[in-house]
Amino acid sequence: MMLIHCPYCGERRPEIEFAYAGEAHVARPVDPSAYTDEEWERFLFIRANPRGRHNERWRHIHGCGRFFNAVRDTVTDKFETTYKAGEPRK
Amino acid sequence: MTRFSAFSLFAKALGGHQSWPEQWPDAAPKPAYDAIIVGAGGHGLGAAYYLAKKYGITNVAVIEKGWLGGGNTGRNTTIIRSNYLYDESAHLYDHAVKLWDGLSQELNYNTMYSKRGVMMLAHNVHDVQSFKRHIHANRLNGVDNEWLSAEEAKDYCPPLSISPHARHPVLGAALQRRGGTARHDTVAWGYARAAAALGVDIIQNCAVTGIRRGADGAVEGVETERGFIAAKRIGVSAAGNTSVVMKMAGLDFPLESYPLQALVSEPIKPVFPCVVMSNTVHAYMSQSDKGELVIGAGTDQYVSYSQRGALHIVEHTLAAICEIFPIFRRMRMLRTWGGIVDVTPDRSPVLGKTPVKGLYVNCGWGTGGFKATPGAGDLLAYTMAKDEPHPINAPYNLDRFRNGRLIDEAAAAAVAH
Repeated sequence: MMLIHCPYCGERRPEIEFAYAGEAHVARPVDPSAYTDEEWERFLFIRANPRGRHNERWRHIHGCGRFFNAVRDTVTDKFETTYKAGEPRK
Repeated sequence: MTRFSAFSLFAKALGGHQSWPEQWPDAAPKPAYDAIIVGAGGHGLGAAYYLAKKYGITNVAVIEKGWLGGGNTGRNTTIIRSNYLYDESAHLYDHAVKLWDGLSQELNYNTMYSKRGVMMLAHNVHDVQSFKRHIHANRLNGVDNEWLSAEEAKDYCPPLSISPHARHPVLGAALQRRGGTARHDTVAWGYARAAAALGVDIIQNCAVTGIRRGADGAVEGVETERGFIAAKRIGVSAAGNTSVVMKMAGLDFPLESYPLQALVSEPIKPVFPCVVMSNTVHAYMSQSDKGELVIGAGTDQYVSYSQRGALHIVEHTLAAICEIFPIFRRMRMLRTWGGIVDVTPDRSPVLGKTPVKGLYVNCGWGTGGFKATPGAGDLLAYTMAKDEPHPINAPYNLDRFRNGRLIDEAAAAAVAH
């Protein structure tokens, strides 16, 4: 089980306190009605799914309840860092 | 290749079984092939076999970065069934189940396909209603599925607890009698042996590092650790690594790769006659011919390529098994492992052409690809040979994520793979 650092609580806690919430920095459409089918496909379905460094969202459901972002290596499952939602991509 | 038969077994026995030839040669790559399959799992080897057998394309290479059958083919829980809700799914999975029948004879290799029945337990009113709907939908599609009362389910699978005092009492079950299990490794070995006998090269320990495309955008071949190999047709059947391979051709795919764990108990005498699944309690189990109870459930929650998962998933799975089968509470577990499954947004596979000319894909089988092995191989071979999808796999195109014609088995299938 992974230990995850919550940037809000400032603690490393076991994975079972957290819920994974998918790839990070997938921006919602600013003007949805202007989106083409290709843009909707990219927003809804296409994911980076990299073998290596991955920016992803987690939520500390059994803690502060807040969403934050993390950088994790998908081959070793090691966390490089976690950072608060709204901060630029790391 | 020596054909397996009672006579050849007897003849070789006289020599102490020392003179069996290798079942397939470890081929070195040639400079060019008519077609290349990336990934030597059951699906990829099956595609190579059917390309050679049905479509006469024998100048084929199967390229594998590890060893043959060492990915999800060797890591799954070997369950075969076709009781899917939607028409497209029923056609696709039943095509595979029909090929499982007679596969051992066709390949001259015992795949140990055992139609021991797959039973899905209903624990609440919603389960009962949705399973009965499944049964009717399946029957309209010619797929066998029948409703059992709790007592009939207990008769079919004696270790099952149908106590009304259980936390999730069994109210009944849906049974597909043609469902069952097969021996996972022999499927890959059988296809490899039969394909090699038809002239297919199986190249192991040779990772694909790039896909070369010409000025017109069509594929020209693959870059590998052992040099460039040319081919006008490339079929990618790389399961959890499909996103990585497709990026080499400049394509972004609607896939995410998750670890899926399974485990086996210590071997015991035959006690468990069929496959039992429970979506509500969230686990499934069967017993292998070796005697181990083979257990599985859902994926870990995060994207990963690590081929391992967390212990709390195993704990959750075993809690569910102990709930349904109190008889097994004192069993000890022997091994646990993980594979990387490629999951699409609608939990249905992508099988067909890609926007790149000459590049074909078979991916997105998620947590339930083993049962489809012969069908997926056959359909990928058809698509590569004719440069157009078979009517069965035509709905499983990439365009559905753009035009919205999803085949949304996600809710219909849940844990039950």
